[in-house]
Amino acid sequence: MNDIAVMDVTFTLNNEPASARIEPRELLIDVLRENFGLRGAKRSCDLGVCGACTVLVDGLPVSSCSTLAADVAGRSVLTIEGLGTPQALDPVQQAFIEHGAMQCGFCTPGMVLAVKSLLAAEPSPTEEQVRHYLRGNICRCTGYVKIIEAVMDLAKRGARLKTNP
Amino acid sequence: MLPRRFNLHRPDRIEDAVALLAEHGDDASPYAGGTELLIAMKARVLSYAHIVDLKGIAALRGVSARSDGGLIIGALTTHHELANHSLVLERLPAYALLSANVANIRVRAAGTLGGNLCFAEPHADPPAMLCALNAELVLAGPGGERRMLLAEFILGELSTARATGEVLVRIEVPGLPAGTRAGYRAFGHLERPAVGVAAVALPLGKGFDWRLRVGSICGRPTALAGLEKAMRGLPEADALAVLAEGAEQAAAAVEADDDIRGSAEYKRHLVGVLARRAARAALGMEALAA
Repeated sequence: MNDIAVMDVTFTLNNEPASARIEPRELLIDVLRENFGLRGAKRSCDLGVCGACTVLVDGLPVSSCSTLAADVAGRSVLTIEGLGTPQALDPVQQAFIEHGAMQCGFCTPGMVLAVKSLLAAEPSPTEEQVRHYLRGNICRCTGYVKIIEAVMDLAKRGARLKTNP
Repeated sequence: MLPRRFNLHRPDRIEDAVALLAEHGDDASPYAGGTELLIAMKARVLSYAHIVDLKGIAALRGVSARSDGGLIIGALTTHHELANHSLVLERLPAYALLSANVANIRVRAAGTLGGNLCFAEPHADPPAMLCALNAELVLAGPGGERRMLLAEFILGELSTARATGEVLVRIEVPGLPAGTRAGYRAFGHLERPAVGVAAVALPLGKGFDWRLRVGSICGRPTALAGLEKAMRGLPEADALAVLAEGAEQAAAAVEADDDIRGSAEYKRHLVGVLARRAARAALGMEALAA
């Protein structure tokens, strides 16, 4: 019987090789926050509903509060800390700042990563597509309008990039 | 909260998963996307000494064509994959759209169709539409494979005909006659549907053979059998008139549970509204996606 008390999980974290010794029941959010000191992902609803704990795994959003750390073995995890630097922000982060698309900031890391994933699949989404994709990321401050405006600004740039490569 | 401690098994063949599940019986659970199971394990509503992760089994993944024009869907295929798969978009566009509207992108990216069906949470979108499409399941167990209709697999809330030691291998949707139409409409205040109605219309004479299936309203999808019969073979406009006339009465007769998603009375009201909208969506009279 291959009983597992602890296990080693090896994965890519923010484009660097990473490894952690964990229990099978450990959740990705705890390993990111406690083992790696990456506090961008927030635990809020703890049910996979609110999106504050969103990180990207192989480019798609996951709820890190409800994902086993064991499940990212061999995969690539991107957290908000891996997206840009204060000196060189990611275009999504820059657009959020320009449009004032945040207030308390608690949902922002998850929101930005969800937008990053959407734009990777669809660089020039319609407003309807944006609203649909962000449905699972809850913000209690902004009323969403400025977030949608920031993403639509990026979408316009994406459309220009598509027509003028 | 963390789940209680468990041993994680990662078989890469179906036979090995079946052997592990058979060996540990009620102390083990199959594990797929985790979007239902992990939440329940974190709340410690469920706990198992052995978790058998099926995600490493390549034979459980992917979508392929059935020779009759239908689809073969590996049980571990995610909702996100189904929403974007070229074969699903081509053969069952209404089902691709249903998949694109399941919960949120994180649930669609992790959650699998097989996990959804085996967990049998009634407040889910896939079962009603797949029952209307006469979907069949293939299960692998210690004694080999068996095949059954999805409509017979779902026994009630959180209850299926899956035996201890069995693994759902694939979902097969039979080919549909040319000209078959399908639509789905659901409504809920939270991410899960309070009620969903699937309408599938197979060409018959001057009209259609209708299948109207209600999901989420009670433990298992329910047919609006009286309406299906009354609409059978009628020209579109007449069938819709029969539906508009009879939807409320048909809905009043459907078994319905009071729960956090709404009262039985509220859900029956939704059945009447959503049945009309699903049928209109199937006929292309309103957009497929609400």
